[in-house]
Amino acid sequence: MASIADFAGAQPPVYHQERESKYGLSDWLTTVDHKKIGILYGISGLAGLAVGGLEALLFRIQLAQPDQHIFVGDQFNGLVTMHATTMVFMAVMPLIAAISNYFVPLMIGARDVAFPRLNAFSYWTFLFGVLLMHSSLIFAEFPAAGWTGYAPLTTKPYGAGGIDFWWAGLAMLAISSMIAGVNFVVTILNMRAPGMTLMRVPVLAWMILVVQFLLAFSFPPVTVGLILLAFDRTFGSVFYETSMGGDPHLWQHLFWLFGHPEVYVLILPSMGIVSEVLPVFSRKPLFGHHAVIFSGIFIGFVGFGVWGHHMFTSGMGPIADAAFAVTTAIIAVPTGVKIFNWLGTLVHAKMRLTTAMLFAVTFIPQFTIGGLSGVMHASPPLDLQQHDSYFVVAHFHYVLVGGALTGLFAGAYFYLPKITGRLLDETLGKIHFWMFIIGFNLTFFPMHLLGNNGMPRRIFTYPADAGWNTENMIGTIGVVFQVVSVLIFFYNMMVSSKKGAVAGSDPWDANTLEWMIPSPPPVHNFDFTPVVLSERPLWDHKYTPGFEITVPAQREEIHMPSYSWRPIIVSGFVLLVLIGLLSHIWALSVVGGVGIVVGVYFWVSEPV
Amino acid sequence: MSEAVAIAHDGHSHDGHGHDAGHGHDAGHGHHQLTENNFLGLPNIKLAMWAFLGSECMFFGSLIGTYFFYREMSLGGPMPEDIFDVNITSISTFLLLMSSVTMALAVDNARQRNFGKMRAFILATAAQGAAFVGFQIYEFSHFVAHGLKLSTSLFGSTFYTMTGFHGAHVSVGVIWLVMVALLATQGKLNKDKIAINVEVMGLYWHFVDIVWIIIFTFVYLLEFTR
Repeated sequence: MASIADFAGAQPPVYHQERESKYGLSDWLTTVDHKKIGILYGISGLAGLAVGGLEALLFRIQLAQPDQHIFVGDQFNGLVTMHATTMVFMAVMPLIAAISNYFVPLMIGARDVAFPRLNAFSYWTFLFGVLLMHSSLIFAEFPAAGWTGYAPLTTKPYGAGGIDFWWAGLAMLAISSMIAGVNFVVTILNMRAPGMTLMRVPVLAWMILVVQFLLAFSFPPVTVGLILLAFDRTFGSVFYETSMGGDPHLWQHLFWLFGHPEVYVLILPSMGIVSEVLPVFSRKPLFGHHAVIFSGIFIGFVGFGVWGHHMFTSGMGPIADAAFAVTTAIIAVPTGVKIFNWLGTLVHAKMRLTTAMLFAVTFIPQFTIGGLSGVMHASPPLDLQQHDSYFVVAHFHYVLVGGALTGLFAGAYFYLPKITGRLLDETLGKIHFWMFIIGFNLTFFPMHLLGNNGMPRRIFTYPADAGWNTENMIGTIGVVFQVVSVLIFFYNMMVSSKKGAVAGSDPWDANTLEWMIPSPPPVHNFDFTPVVLSERPLWDHKYTPGFEITVPAQREEIHMPSYSWRPIIVSGFVLLVLIGLLSHIWALSVVGGVGIVVGVYFWVSEPV
Repeated sequence: MSEAVAIAHDGHSHDGHGHDAGHGHDAGHGHHQLTENNFLGLPNIKLAMWAFLGSECMFFGSLIGTYFFYREMSLGGPMPEDIFDVNITSISTFLLLMSSVTMALAVDNARQRNFGKMRAFILATAAQGAAFVGFQIYEFSHFVAHGLKLSTSLFGSTFYTMTGFHGAHVSVGVIWLVMVALLATQGKLNKDKIAINVEVMGLYWHFVDIVWIIIFTFVYLLEFTR
């Protein structure tokens, strides 16, 4: 039996150009290393999780009891708008980007992404967009039109200045996501280690590949929707002006043509994480490996054809309603395929119930509940009853918190030891797990009942005799559980990254290439480019004779791109263009535009 | 298993630097040192451009879709048949289409390493693109003079936004062309990478051209079929 200790003798490659390995401020600002950029995304995502959670705590306090007046009207609307926008775009998406950045090149045996400087540009554009949107709290007020930003509610007569920050921030996130999508599509398709055929690409990397296609192809419609909104608000065009014949359906179509693929952007990576974590801790191969991959691809395709189920109440007409009902019912099938594959993986497994495994196993029933309450809405008559009620709130929180976030927590306990080199504390981890799961279900399960009892979304208070008091109080108590559990998680991360048990290369006896290199990995990732012979290269290296990964006799020559100031500078000019547009100081936009051109000139002429 | 090994060797041979330790290193290989394996037979930068153009299809699809969503729904102001001058637009369309010919010639010369001729064809392409943008500016000011502004009607909003974003793409292309010509003159471009860079630029240029063919056909010519 071979072991990964065999790789210890491998000599590091010969550098033609040394990549920075320092950790000063300027190193973080100029890094093009996918691992550092992944860490930056991770920290940003955790900060977003904290902010979004705080916003949720505030409006749950408002809703805890009937007839309260703590956050009233637009204050409440601003909190729910920013809670959703923050959680979707500034917590879950960057956490996914963190895992994609850090682990995709490692999983496919590459030294970096295809375009490292473009990758840095994506991060800074994302960060500036987040800061721009949140600066509305200082310069205007929180945007309060809901995260879906339905026009004409967001047009000038109805939406105050906060909306300008909202569209400008989202536009930057759209640019960032589209470019990152292109970058990772190329990375995963073109940068795989020798022998890694498409069917040998780890399931998580596969799901991230599907997600990158979704990002690259689904963001343009909402970008157009935001451009039209910006033109209406800034230059007086009439796209959403109903008195000029404008149709409120336009925004809904453009938004949901992005918005529904976005749902799969949020959930597919967690499905990928679960598909990696379950086999490792079950000590079995993933049941129906290819079916999991193909169902993910199928979800990606059909995900572009179901957006209308968000609009059944908007009066699209019976033919459109019927078509979207059918596609929505169809997309439940590949999702069900995945659920059975995970269950099949667990059958007769000798499970090791680590915290990562607990989160991954819990993902399955919670996501299934969210999926079942979702596929109900494929039926337009049922949807008409439940639309904009708390039943829908319960549904998408079961998918996004019980599914996406739970999967990301599994990923955190599984993958963080590779990043920090130290294991997270299991006792604290299990406290986190139980408090989070109990709190989550306390908050969101009663919302099914609230919705069926007629409580609508987006109301800041309710009368005492409506019969909604108990569920709302339980929901707020559940939020407290969740907040405390996440604080325990943060504490665990901070303490364990310094004092935790040393992880070593392969703490979980895992399957894939990222676990054959030291934790944390060296700057160049792999001392030698591994030749992949199977779907589980590291497992087969350890346990299947004839599948050992051999260390080449000669040292490889490599050339790693060095640090660069260009990405953050060009990104800053993009920010300047948008600041000019939303402040109506056109000179800023002109300076920004010229700056982008000059910056790109220096970018392309920079030797890498 | 044997298949896998064959693929593995294939991957290494694509890599270009292989196991030859004494192999003189050429800075031009910079990017390719990140183990670009070309499983799809496309270099990274070309695959990236194709993926980006897919994204652009959704972008222009949404803009053109919005135009058709609102077609004939304007409540007032000049209508397309009142102000379109298909003769002038045909001239600018012809110029843009011909710019694709010079672009293709530039790509061909880049491949043959005739960098002087390549530069000339790139600049010719840029000139035609700039002329197209000039025609568009003339057309816009002509339409504004006839009372069609961005805020006049749904037609004004959708028409200016859609064609304006196409014009912006042409302008970006012109800047890109001039930039590459400039960098090539200064010798700042790696001679081994010029061909692929010009080819990728050509992909973008042809795409912007095709978008215009769609807009010209379905927005301008369609008005004259009724």
